[in-house]
Amino acid sequence: MTAYEIVARSRDKARPTALQYIEKTVDGFLELHGDRKFADDKSIVGGIGSIDGRAVTVIGIEKGADTNAKVLRNFGCASPEGYRKALRLMRQAEKFHRPVLCFVDTSGAYCGIGAEERGQAEAIADNLLVMSGLKTPILSIVIGEGGSGGALGLAVADNVWMTETATYSVISPEGCASILYKDAAKAADAAERLKMTADDLLNLGAVEKVIAEREFSEEFFSELKSDIAAFFDTACATDVATLVQKRYDRFRKFGSEV
Amino acid sequence: MAFDIEKFKKFFNFRKPNIALEGEGAPNAAHVPEDAAVKCEKCRAIAPKSALSDALYICPKCGFHMKVGARERILFTADPDTFEELDAELGSVNRLEFPGYDEKLEKARQHSGENEGVVTGVCCVGGHKIGIFAMDYRFMMGSMGAVVGEKITRLFEHATAYRLPVVGFILSGGARMQEGIVSLMQMAKTAAAVGRHSDEGLLYISVLTNPTTGGVSASFAFESDMILAEPGALIGFAGPRVIEQTIRQKLPEGFQSAEFVLNKGFIDAIVDRRKMRETLASILALHEEGV
Repeated sequence: MTAYEIVARSRDKARPTALQYIEKTVDGFLELHGDRKFADDKSIVGGIGSIDGRAVTVIGIEKGADTNAKVLRNFGCASPEGYRKALRLMRQAEKFHRPVLCFVDTSGAYCGIGAEERGQAEAIADNLLVMSGLKTPILSIVIGEGGSGGALGLAVADNVWMTETATYSVISPEGCASILYKDAAKAADAAERLKMTADDLLNLGAVEKVIAEREFSEEFFSELKSDIAAFFDTACATDVATLVQKRYDRFRKFGSEV
Repeated sequence: MAFDIEKFKKFFNFRKPNIALEGEGAPNAAHVPEDAAVKCEKCRAIAPKSALSDALYICPKCGFHMKVGARERILFTADPDTFEELDAELGSVNRLEFPGYDEKLEKARQHSGENEGVVTGVCCVGGHKIGIFAMDYRFMMGSMGAVVGEKITRLFEHATAYRLPVVGFILSGGARMQEGIVSLMQMAKTAAAVGRHSDEGLLYISVLTNPTTGGVSASFAFESDMILAEPGALIGFAGPRVIEQTIRQKLPEGFQSAEFVLNKGFIDAIVDRRKMRETLASILALHEEGV
């Protein structure tokens, strides 16, 4: 598959969304709503549950499975209150020593009047700041589109995994093509150049693991669930100072060779 | 006789308007010869550069705060002869072999006279020793790639080790897409360094200048203890054109201006450039360790 074919796959409407991942991997999920400041952003779902008997906090960017749901979820483009809800739940996880699991799937944070008025930049910035020092394990999995700052706002993690036809990029290939080549039709070329596929990102050290999708079968989800459980077993057994230092080093390495 | 547009332009001393196009660099302010005329991007009034540099690049007609090069910014913020630069030699390489990026870097270097889009170092302001950084619009509109992120991270690490406050002059269109995911990772990397500095109880003041948008806006611009802004600066996450394309309507006048963002509660104060130095000095004085 070319990079742009993978981009198309990452946006495929038939792909499982975050809620389906949560249903398949988290037992007894209880959704917790609202940022306690302004609203409940339906683009981001969050709550608590357990994985193999371990209590976890789980947060996902939800695109919506059908047309009505997509409208309700704003197509997975979150507003500041979504990021603030996520942050509230992460702080709660830290307090109760629960690991945090994030499912990332967004073309990007919402670019609208209300989002700007309520401080989209500040909301994402705050997530990056708090997540970089959060005293509990964080695992983020890109399950579809990992669109720029809107994705990173839930991906300052100890490990970042991707499913094999997911993408993760600083800008959409169309956006890149229209700025650089003044021609959105050159998106396929831009997709290649941006190195946004799971394999490219594994090579660049931006993700630790690429997960075979196996047509999103039951086996896929059950294996994913045991991989997540195993990751948390190790991460929760690591002392917090070491964990946070490793997270610092994980991001510190990008560009440190200059 | 045919109409000669070039002669016409020359006669009226027309310059391209100062629009923030990637890689082009705005033909404005600090890099033009002393005797050249500079046009205000707001009211389009023209003034000689020599007169403007004395006026801190504030438009004599409308008071708009024009863009200023990083080094000049530090020069008129720091106490005389106190600035010591850090990591001056760091320059970007085209690691992803992105087409056209080498040429853009070369142009930006020539245009700005800098190795990269941020200048970092230590200096004194009102006698207070600080870490300082300023971003340069002439270097790909202050976009953040690996080197910009690295220099800022090293500055915060240095300031943490030596227990110095940090003042940062922000100017950026966002992440530098030619570096792909590595540029996105700079947002997290700098955030982590800012966090460690903050955890040590140290002060960080960000000064948002025109423009502050994108990935830089969504990271260290908004992670400070106090956020100041220059009057009229464009401040936001998405740029106005992107928003207009998304919502398919025109944005109201003044949307995303410093004044708008202040009223929405996202910055602490708008400070005139002529008052910036003394404002910073008085904040620093109130945070002097042991006071």
